[in-house]
Amino acid sequence: MPLFDSLYNFAQWLTHDREEAEDLVQETYGKALRGFPSFAPGTNFRAWMFRILRNTFLTSRTGLKSGMTISLDSEEGESVQPATMETPESLFIARANQRMVQEAIEELPVIFREVILLCDVEGMSYQEIAETISIPIGTVMSRLARARNALRLGLAKKMQGD
Amino acid sequence: MPSDSWQNKIEAYADAELSADEMRAMREHLIGCASCTSDLLGVVQLKLATKIAGKRYSSSAVLRQRIQQGLPARRNSVSIWRWAPALSATAALAVVAFLFLYGWPAYQQRQTFAELADLHVATLASASPVDVISTDRHTVKPWFQGRIPFTFNIPELSNTPFTLEGGRVTYLDQAPGAQLIFKIANHRISVFIFQNRPGTRFASGDSRSKRLTFNVETWTEDDLSYFVIGDANIDDIHQLSELLRIAART
Repeated sequence: MPLFDSLYNFAQWLTHDREEAEDLVQETYGKALRGFPSFAPGTNFRAWMFRILRNTFLTSRTGLKSGMTISLDSEEGESVQPATMETPESLFIARANQRMVQEAIEELPVIFREVILLCDVEGMSYQEIAETISIPIGTVMSRLARARNALRLGLAKKMQGD
Repeated sequence: MPSDSWQNKIEAYADAELSADEMRAMREHLIGCASCTSDLLGVVQLKLATKIAGKRYSSSAVLRQRIQQGLPARRNSVSIWRWAPALSATAALAVVAFLFLYGWPAYQQRQTFAELADLHVATLASASPVDVISTDRHTVKPWFQGRIPFTFNIPELSNTPFTLEGGRVTYLDQAPGAQLIFKIANHRISVFIFQNRPGTRFASGDSRSKRLTFNVETWTEDDLSYFVIGDANIDDIHQLSELLRIAART
C-alpha cells in the first residue's frame, strides 16, 4: 500500500491516539479508493493522499476540537525571519534529546504541527504542502517560520526547566 | 542586499526552495557572513532534530491487513483443485516463462526507474545540483566532452516553456551517463542519457509511466537510452521528450 507508514505516522501525530489514527488511515484509503477516478493523473499523488487524510481528520471529533481556529492574522507576507535566542539554538537543540523534541512538537497547535511534519519529516516541497493543506505557498512559508519559532520557544522552555 | 533580506531567505535555503540563482547567491553570502551562517546552522539542526523525532509512530501489520481486507475482494476464481495434477506442470512452465518474458524485465525496469527517481531527488536536494550551470546548450553539451563515452544533442528551447539549468555526470550500473536538469514553471525535470551496453537493464522500447508519483518517459535512440523523469505533468514530460527526440535526429 503506497504511503502507508507515512500516513500512519502523520495520523497519529494529528490525533495523539493509536486507535483513532488507525481508523483515520483506514478511512483515508477507503476514500482514496472510492475517489480514485477523481484523481487527476500527472498531479501529486502523495499530496492527494495526505489531503484526504487531513480533511478526514478535520471533520472528525478530535479534528473539530483540535484548535484549527488559531489566529492566522497577517499570515500572508509575514516576515519569515529565523528566531534568535539568548542561547545559540544550535547548542540547545544539540542538548535536547529526542523525547524533548517530540514533546515540543506535540505541544504545537495542529496547524503548526502539520506543516512542520510535512516539511521536515515527509520532506514535502512548499508546493506539495500548499496542495496538501490547500493554502498558498506564501502562507506555507510564513506558517512554517511561525511553527519553527514556536518549536524553538517550546524547546527553550523545556531546556530551562531541565 | 540588506542583511534582513538574506535572513528572510535562510529557511527557504535550508529547505532547498530558492531558485538556482538565489541558492548560488546565498552560498556566496554565507561564506562571508557569520551571523547568517549561524542562523542557517540552527535551522538545519532544528530540521534534523524534527526529522528524527517526527518519525515516531510505527504502523502495525494488523492495521495493514485490516485495510487490505477492506478493499474490494479480488474476483473469485473457479476451483481448480481437481485439475491440479494435470495443470501443475503447465503452471510451473507458465510461471517460468512469465518471469523470463515479462516479470524479470519488468522487475529490472522498476529497479531502474526507482534508482533514477533516487538520483533525481538526490540531485534536487543537493546544494549544488549541477556541475555545469548554464542555460546555453552550446555550453552544457561541450562540457561533457571527455567525461562520458558518448555525445548527444540538446534541443533548442527558445519558444518553449522549458529552461535548461545545467548538467552533471551521473552513474547507473557503474556506467557513466549524462544528467541534464530542465525547469518548467516550478518543476524540475531530469533527463538521464546512458549508453546501451550488452547486459544493461535499460528499457528496450518506448514507454510512458508513473513511478513513485514521478512521471517517466523513456526511449532508445542510436544506442542511447533516454529517461525523462520529474513531478511535472505527463504532458510536459512528453513535450520535453519530443524535443529531445527531434534534437537527437538532427
